[in-house]
Amino acid sequence: MYNKVILIKDTDLKRQDKTRDFYTHLLDYLRENNLHSEILLVRVADIGVYDKGLVLKMLPDRNTYINVQDTDIKRIVDSILQGKIIEELVFRPKVKQHRIVLRNCGNIDPENIDEYIFSGGYAGLKKVLGELGQQKLIEEIKISGIRGRGGAGYPTWMKWNFAREVESDQKFVICNADEGDPGAYMDRSVLESDPHSVIEGLIIAAFAIGASKGYFYIRAEYPLAVERINKAIKQAYAYGLLGNNILGSSFNLDLEIRLGAGAFVCGEETALISSIEGKRGYPHPRPPYPSVKGLWGKPTVINNVETLANIPAIISKGGKWFAQIGTQTSKGTKVFAVTGKVKNSGLVEIAMGATLREIVMDICGGTLSGKPVKAVQTGGPSGGVIPESLLDTPVDYENLQKLGSIMGSGGMIVMDEDDCMVDIPKFYLGFCVEESCGKCSPCRIGGFQMLGYLKRISEGQGKPEDLAQMRRLSVAMQKASLCGLGQTASNPVVSTLKYFEPEYNEHILNKRCPAGKCSHLVTYSIVGDKCKRCGLCVINCPPKAISGDKEKGFSIAPEKCVKCGRCVDVCKFKAISKD
Amino acid sequence: MAKIVQAKINGILVRVPSGTTILEAAKGVQIKIPTLCKHPDLPASAACGICIVKIKGSSKMLRACCTPVEEGMDVITHDPEIIEIRRTVIELILSNHPNDCLKCGRNNECELQKLTAEFGIKDESFPQFIRDLPIDTSTRAVDLDPKKCILCGRCVYACQEMQDVWALSFLERGIKTRISPAGDIQLADSPCVRCGQCSAHCPTGAFVEQDHTSQTWKALQDPEKYCVVQIAPAVRVSIGEAFGYKGKNLTKKLYAVLRRLGFNAVFDTSFAADVTIMEEASEFEERLLRGKNPLPLITTCCPSWVDFMEKFYPDMIEHFSSCKSPHEILGVLSKTYYAEKNKIDPAKIYMVSIMPCTSKKYEITRNDEMFASGFQDIDTVLCTRELARMIRQSGIDFDSIPDEECDSILGEYAGAGVIFGATGGVMEAALRTAHYFVTGKELKNVVFENVRGIKGIKETEVVIDGKKLKIAIAHGLSNVEYIIKKVQEAKKNNQELPYHFIEVMACPGGCVGGGGQPYMVTDELRIKRALALYQDDDDKQVRCSHQNPYIKRLYKEFLGKPLGEKSEKLLHTRYKARPIYAK
Repeated sequence: MYNKVILIKDTDLKRQDKTRDFYTHLLDYLRENNLHSEILLVRVADIGVYDKGLVLKMLPDRNTYINVQDTDIKRIVDSILQGKIIEELVFRPKVKQHRIVLRNCGNIDPENIDEYIFSGGYAGLKKVLGELGQQKLIEEIKISGIRGRGGAGYPTWMKWNFAREVESDQKFVICNADEGDPGAYMDRSVLESDPHSVIEGLIIAAFAIGASKGYFYIRAEYPLAVERINKAIKQAYAYGLLGNNILGSSFNLDLEIRLGAGAFVCGEETALISSIEGKRGYPHPRPPYPSVKGLWGKPTVINNVETLANIPAIISKGGKWFAQIGTQTSKGTKVFAVTGKVKNSGLVEIAMGATLREIVMDICGGTLSGKPVKAVQTGGPSGGVIPESLLDTPVDYENLQKLGSIMGSGGMIVMDEDDCMVDIPKFYLGFCVEESCGKCSPCRIGGFQMLGYLKRISEGQGKPEDLAQMRRLSVAMQKASLCGLGQTASNPVVSTLKYFEPEYNEHILNKRCPAGKCSHLVTYSIVGDKCKRCGLCVINCPPKAISGDKEKGFSIAPEKCVKCGRCVDVCKFKAISKD
Repeated sequence: MAKIVQAKINGILVRVPSGTTILEAAKGVQIKIPTLCKHPDLPASAACGICIVKIKGSSKMLRACCTPVEEGMDVITHDPEIIEIRRTVIELILSNHPNDCLKCGRNNECELQKLTAEFGIKDESFPQFIRDLPIDTSTRAVDLDPKKCILCGRCVYACQEMQDVWALSFLERGIKTRISPAGDIQLADSPCVRCGQCSAHCPTGAFVEQDHTSQTWKALQDPEKYCVVQIAPAVRVSIGEAFGYKGKNLTKKLYAVLRRLGFNAVFDTSFAADVTIMEEASEFEERLLRGKNPLPLITTCCPSWVDFMEKFYPDMIEHFSSCKSPHEILGVLSKTYYAEKNKIDPAKIYMVSIMPCTSKKYEITRNDEMFASGFQDIDTVLCTRELARMIRQSGIDFDSIPDEECDSILGEYAGAGVIFGATGGVMEAALRTAHYFVTGKELKNVVFENVRGIKGIKETEVVIDGKKLKIAIAHGLSNVEYIIKKVQEAKKNNQELPYHFIEVMACPGGCVGGGGQPYMVTDELRIKRALALYQDDDDKQVRCSHQNPYIKRLYKEFLGKPLGEKSEKLLHTRYKARPIYAK
């Protein structure tokens, strides 16, 4: 039985794993000292810290040591045995994350219900069934001020209360685990690392409204999450936490998993309901809201994974405790999946009110390239692009909306100056156009037309009047689309038009892409005085667009060049210019 | 009683029952909010986004078609911003819709075209892109041109929910979304029963009846052809809608118009309906008194219903009346009885049926028995909408043309024959005659009030000769399952039969609500059309089919007796199980 675990990861940027030697040395040391059956060494794929040399993470203490050398082996092992910390090696991000949702992630065995219970799990449910009752439970949630973490930020207690007040022979709860934003994996992480916290949250939600049946709607692309939730549900049944007479009370609840078949729009709650009902995943007009008329016409509460994972903590520690965290209007914490050009990408859980700059620069260490941050995109494909100048904005639902973005489910993508502000919205809008269900015309046709403008602009075919047309289109999409997908799909376009209009004009008027991203507008050429005439580019050019010889020098034939950038990558002398 | 809610629309106070949509409430105070995907006959699908309105205090715009008025709501239906958004949405739809209005089957009757005109849209604001999708003409009744589809979803609702056929569904997603049978097969290979409700509800030219006017014109101009026409009961009360009349019986005007169009003989399907009753009532009598075939007897005047039954309930075939549909009967009688009596070469007779129905276009060649006269009994079927077009093309002044009578000997009908056009009508007509056949006595009161009306499933009992007969009537194919399931259950468990006699019509309201009828049908209109038929019945001296002197003469001179050898050969058909999916 191992008491201690050491996770090992080489985080250098060279993309070469140098942990093998260190692993061997450390293992040898442990064997020599007869500790190899006490301390387990694991080489892992990711620790969430980057560019810090060899990084170790100690479990269960969760200390992270950075820039570790072979010479540190002895003192590290000693410190573990003595229960001490080597201060000079410890990795301390500037701003402490505040972990509520991710409280158990990485700390407990997600497939072992006992570990969850040992860490305080299901105490909230016990409290709810034992002392609180429906009314006080909802009151507690109201005091906490928690709002839906799925994106729109609707107060959770209100959702529950509507559903509770409707009289019906049958009510449902659904956990929305159809996380589909590109680059977002908050929900996945919670489902995979702490499934019981979500199940507990869902049981409490069911009790709050008087539901006897619940569904986990999980996207099929998350097989491990499905497997873990499945196991966790079985364990919960075995422990009397699901089924009839839960924890000896008169409350009954059955849970079942439904797999999402890969349509992004099925994360929209009315489309999700259609999908569970076995119909085409088409959104429906609201009102009536699902809380009143949802699954099979019955009152249904749909909560996102992150919202539900918060619930047990709120119940255990009290709504007041939760309400102390965060801002005036947005309570608690928010998990972001920070990706893109950032140095330390990964899941970040911060108290609401932390600034974007704190997240990007302090927690995540700024850009990987060292180039300045140009903008941050929040809220997934339907979020907006926030320029660097506004990074000091404290994160909450209202502020992000004011900036033309949304909280969304918590995707956050960091961009540096190599990112083009025409190309970025083109990517996001392309995603929404692809994922549009096709039901309502503003989204179906509007998105497609809008994407056409972006494509033409990025290809140098843009016209000055296009920007006005795009603005007009975006209003129609925002106001006349049926569901959130269409209403927000134009956000990346609107926000980049707002903050980066000169970049659009550069594309349209001067047929230039300042970031060098839009391949149609980029010309590759060889800078004569930098070129050492090694000929490497000639060999590597796929369409054989580079000609010349070592005497006269080389040149690129623009009509043959496919702008793949291969020559830039192989040139050791930075002699290829992109303009 | 629903709660009353109070709200303001454009500053005007409205008080409406809770649940009333903003669209309806606005109509009540003379405000017309433009719509496109909403059809008054169908629930809102909320697809197009034209009917958006502002609610004061909310940054969102909501769809008037499906948003209920809430207490204290302050709604704005028209302002420059809203109008601009509506215009943009229409322009978007136009960018994905072919510009061939002039050559479209819905030209001048297209809801998108009308809206475009109302908004005064002249320019192409957004680049056009039309997917190259083939036209599906496989049904021989209704053509689907997916390029013209605006994805309002009306046809899908009609096909799935109203008719329970599920031939149509949405395929693919995003900009590639389109209407098609599941599996991307042709309509003829799908469960489609050709009821044409898709075409009756389609706002554009995506679903249009297969046009057979030109072949009709050709026949009319052919001196070698002897053109005969018949009009179905339901056509006389709906054709007027194309010329500004609603719920008016224009039988005699129609006779005159048809004669002017050049038809050599103008007959009435209602006469053949009387023949149907003679046969069907006899069948019922046989099953009831002699147990020759099992009860319940199920009517078969509706070819869509026949198709539906053959596909979905083949176990019910033994319950089906073998009697052909009335227009087929008139077709075969024209080319035999009428031809013989008037010494006309039946090969020269060109028989046209004016029907409220698209399915009958397919029925005329559905099996060998449709050629019982030795020729194709019906050469062409035109639906009401096609006839309206022909009348316009002919230059006939529909309004002022004086009434005329129909031709002998296949024209004069009893009241029973004409109510065939309304749901419950066949049943009522059959009961009138069955009563006589079973008891030998005439009814004092020929009206069976309980079988009338727009309710989807009607169950009632009538007493004939001391026998309690249980009756069921369904219209709209989604109402069939309830009735057939009851019969199947009873048969399976050897229980007493739930019904003796069942009438089914595929289209809601019966033939008055047929898939080939004028556009924008609602229950209100179906009822109006039906009432006009009942009035016709009321006004008739002869109310029962067996009392019709021409029917008596027909049997005396030609057919012999109902279910006799000649009748069986000419007037009856057979059914067979068909796969729901042809391939």
